[in-house]
Amino acid sequence: MGLQNGYFRPTSVDEALDHLAANDLTIAAGCTDLFPATEQKTLGGPVLDISGITALRGFRKNETGITIGATTTWSDLIAAPLPSAFGGLKLAAREVGARQIQNRGTLAGNLCNASPAADGVPPLLTLDAQVVLASKAGRRVMPLADFLIGPRQTARRADELLEGVHIPASALMGDGQFLKLGARKYLVISIAMVAARLVIADGVVAEAALAIGACGPVAARLPKAEAALVGQPMDPGLINASHLQGYLAPIDDMRADAAYRTTVATELVQRILGRFAESRSA
Amino acid sequence: MTRVIVAGKHHRLASPPGRRLSEVLRDELDLKSVKVGCDAGDCGACTVLVDGQQVCACLIPIAQVDGATIETLDADDDAVKQKLQDAFLDHGAAQCGICTPGMMMAAVELLRTNAVPSRGEVETALAGVLCRCTGYAKIVDAVMGLSPRAEQAGDHAVGVSLRRVDGQAKVDGTEQFGADVGPADALLVRAVRAPYFHAAFTLGDIDAWASAQSGIEAVLTARDIPGQNRFGVIPPLADQPALAERVARYLGEPVALVVGTKDAVEAIDLSEFPVEWNPLAHTTTEAEARDGALLHTDRPENELICGRVVRGAPEEALKQATFVAEGEFQTAYVEHAYIEPEAGLAWMDQDTLVIHVCTQAPVMDRDDTALVLGLAPDKVRIVPTAAGGGFGAKLDLSVQPLIGLAAIVTGKPCRMVFSRNESMRASTKRHPGTMRAAIGADADGHVVAMRFDGDFNTGAYASWGPTVATRVPVHATGPYRTPNYHAEAHALHTNGPTSGAFRGFGVPQAAIMQETLYDDLAQLCGIDRLAFRRQNAFRDGDVTATGQTLTSVGMIECLDALRPHWADALQRADQHDAPHTRRGVGIASCWYGCGNTSLANPSTIRIGITPDGRLVLHQGATDIGQGANTVIAQIAADALGLPVDRFQLIGPDTHLTPDCGKTSASRQTFITGRAAEAAGAALRDTILRQTNFSDAAELRLDGGTLSVRDGSKVQKIDLGAPNKFGYALMAEETYDPPTSTLDENGQGTPYALYGYGAQIAEVEVDLTLGTTRVLRMVAAHDVGRAINPLLAEGQIEGGIAQGLGLALMEEFLPGRTENLHDYLIPTVGDMPQITSILIEKPDPNGPMGARGLGEHVLIPTAPAILNGIRHATGARLTKAPALPHRVLAAIQAAKETAP
Repeated sequence: MGLQNGYFRPTSVDEALDHLAANDLTIAAGCTDLFPATEQKTLGGPVLDISGITALRGFRKNETGITIGATTTWSDLIAAPLPSAFGGLKLAAREVGARQIQNRGTLAGNLCNASPAADGVPPLLTLDAQVVLASKAGRRVMPLADFLIGPRQTARRADELLEGVHIPASALMGDGQFLKLGARKYLVISIAMVAARLVIADGVVAEAALAIGACGPVAARLPKAEAALVGQPMDPGLINASHLQGYLAPIDDMRADAAYRTTVATELVQRILGRFAESRSA
Repeated sequence: MTRVIVAGKHHRLASPPGRRLSEVLRDELDLKSVKVGCDAGDCGACTVLVDGQQVCACLIPIAQVDGATIETLDADDDAVKQKLQDAFLDHGAAQCGICTPGMMMAAVELLRTNAVPSRGEVETALAGVLCRCTGYAKIVDAVMGLSPRAEQAGDHAVGVSLRRVDGQAKVDGTEQFGADVGPADALLVRAVRAPYFHAAFTLGDIDAWASAQSGIEAVLTARDIPGQNRFGVIPPLADQPALAERVARYLGEPVALVVGTKDAVEAIDLSEFPVEWNPLAHTTTEAEARDGALLHTDRPENELICGRVVRGAPEEALKQATFVAEGEFQTAYVEHAYIEPEAGLAWMDQDTLVIHVCTQAPVMDRDDTALVLGLAPDKVRIVPTAAGGGFGAKLDLSVQPLIGLAAIVTGKPCRMVFSRNESMRASTKRHPGTMRAAIGADADGHVVAMRFDGDFNTGAYASWGPTVATRVPVHATGPYRTPNYHAEAHALHTNGPTSGAFRGFGVPQAAIMQETLYDDLAQLCGIDRLAFRRQNAFRDGDVTATGQTLTSVGMIECLDALRPHWADALQRADQHDAPHTRRGVGIASCWYGCGNTSLANPSTIRIGITPDGRLVLHQGATDIGQGANTVIAQIAADALGLPVDRFQLIGPDTHLTPDCGKTSASRQTFITGRAAEAAGAALRDTILRQTNFSDAAELRLDGGTLSVRDGSKVQKIDLGAPNKFGYALMAEETYDPPTSTLDENGQGTPYALYGYGAQIAEVEVDLTLGTTRVLRMVAAHDVGRAINPLLAEGQIEGGIAQGLGLALMEEFLPGRTENLHDYLIPTVGDMPQITSILIEKPDPNGPMGARGLGEHVLIPTAPAILNGIRHATGARLTKAPALPHRVLAAIQAAKETAP
């Protein structure tokens, strides 16, 4: 579908990039963040709707890793046969809104919306995710951690399309976990959340990736805590508050105060690690 | 052009590609079962299936469904859907019905692939649809396909769990709510609202602005209001302008209306409206209220009213008490969060202004709208639509005078539908309260005295603030003997949202204060917490703090019914052994006077039989989901002696049906029920007088023939000519409960009857995260007589859901939480397992012994949960809601002060 009332719905990436090069456009995919941001009954234009580009949806695997297309939905993620390193991302997908949102909301939308409480980000950080940004000028790949600049701010240029998220082969090892803390069971914006991907060999942590969300302007990896785990037998008690220091910058909001977030962050990290300890003993 | 397939038919959609699917389904395809509750994917009311998958239609631009198959509840084309409809009716799973279409579509998605789902699977499938009425329990039961609960009426209707008489439309998507009525081309009315909590304003060149827009038919401001621009539910205190003049006193106060064609008005950027704002200092909390600039010059210290009840010598008694518990508690603004935002349609029927609107108080709407618009009351006709939840906030005017004004000025049908943000800004709230109290007990644990002082933030306008200030001191003792008592409640103005009526009128807040202190006292006295309450509970013959002698009090029965559950729960809590969590058990009670406090509040019921033998019940008690249509019909049926399914109901249209007052104060089952009982009996008398049969005679109405049988004798009744109402036989009866005014010390008989209850909460608290899960609730309520046990249970479960929200998550922060993702209400996953116990100790004043129940059920829930948290952790909370960070802080404080 071409231009209609300032609404573009191309079927190919090239066509989308042409539009982006020529116009200042709002990119629409699942619209689960775009529509809630307005009371208007019609999306404010001009809009580039990328949901018709079939090439952008789904998973591609090669020797360099796995690429998840931009418009892959949370439900797609839940249903996909993926390595257990994606366990955290799959758990996060189940906790985004409820089924209605999971059926429409997309991974790229979650990243481009750049909420500090985006559920997809911490697990993707533990997967060393890279974003692929395409424009008429070519493609660039950057770590997700660099892509997210601040609340509602990303490194995407106006002429760029977030084409997909690449998980390098090196990050496909181990098991992923996700733990979300909210004030109700479903349909809840996180007070805080943690994700972990660990490679445990012979009871010893060989690789550790930990990330925390909603405890700062952007979700963050926890390198000190990761370092404290590597080379040790799996034990949540290895982590204490000092390992998180410097990586948290929480705010007071209607969901919780900053002091609380700081306190529970360590607890959440210990608990998510406890899941690995449990699964090992079981 | 977008093409979709709906119910097997191909449609080409003319709407623009970026338009919300929900709008297009409703407007272009007239699929009105698709409800719009939030336009943000937060409530799920617009859930439909797109290619078999459940989605929020409000979040989908129609371009994205090109070629897709869309399913809504409207089409009755599917065996799964039909089975669900029956199940919803058989379980009482639909109350107001606004969430029902979305719930059912979510369930259809599940049941197609999983015919026998587990409870957990159902909860996950329905998690995206919010319900504010039912507490979800009956919805989950229905989707799981559990055995039907509804029963058929036998010889009697009262006491039988009949299906709702008005249920079919709620489960097949045809029920019409405020936004569903009227012609598609009605003009749209939007309000320009104040962007500040408090601001003076000057209107600019409106004519120039309006003429620069296309499609505008009128721009209306305060100067266009033909009548008195001041309304209020309590006439002597009326203080609220329909459109503000010169000063806006709260964030979101309307100052102007823009009226025009739908497309044009929808597209207007109202922030460009020519008005100059001059922000003024403002207050939003009761703590700031007394020192703030006066909102209303005739109310010093911003005090609207102070309610007071004094009995005995409380200070002396407190001094002499062996044990005294003291404390302070603070509660938040709580939003009603009905899933249906306010909506209505107005049009001129010759010289009569007709307003279709979702409301709880049609006659009050009529009178206040007439006043504002300078019309005689009989020139305003209010036709209530179905109300998609109310809980108190649809007692106040919302769209009524605004669309009325627009219809008068333009002469055309005018519609207004609040957005979620608008609804949350403009509607009333539960009063935030800062309460201080002390309760004393003697050495044996008998309460001897109580002092209570509460400041309640009543917001910008009076609304129901006076009712809260009056009800709180009357009820703050809880249902317990308190011989010496001093209680004051102050309603204080701020620039926060106007606080009004919300299920319980301040009593739920006061109960938190009192029941917290009762746990303190039980501990001080060394008495089991249930036993402590039992020994202080009201019994027949006890005298309340207002000096009223009570008869027929079911408190002991309620507490005794809870006793075995209490013991089990305590044992389970003791035995709980898990790394991060502790379990606790809490208990709290309630009492609540049914009907207006010391004021007349009659209901009138008319029942007629037409010459062709139709039996018509003019049922004026607005059914906002609680079930008045069914309950009142059941009472009328048994009083008259004809089966309930013979009745045809005419609802609370002010031109057709006598006034049954407002749906509030838990008064309809009681007061309208009494009127229905009297009208049924009177019509029966009229009929029997045409015979010489005994009162035991049996009436029959078959195929338009009314006959009476007494033993072997049968007599056909001659229906004759119609009266002016069209009835050959008719009875109309009024009931007004006997009360007396309260004197300066609050002494008198404020209510003719009370309802009683108590609840146990079993909670699990995470000691390091501060999160609370309510595992089980057991609720025992003395309903006098359960007219419809299934509906009564539905009230209990729904009340518990709202009480749980009050306790754990609901905190409306003006200007910050005006949506349903920052303002949280319980989802299906937050609900405990609920056991309801209906105690039936008949009240001599109640219809067939029945008492009200609607508000009682919410009162004990929050204090029981908070007491459970304390039992689990030692954390004594002083502020609700008990958000995780507050619980964790209280746990830490308890550890520090522990001996």
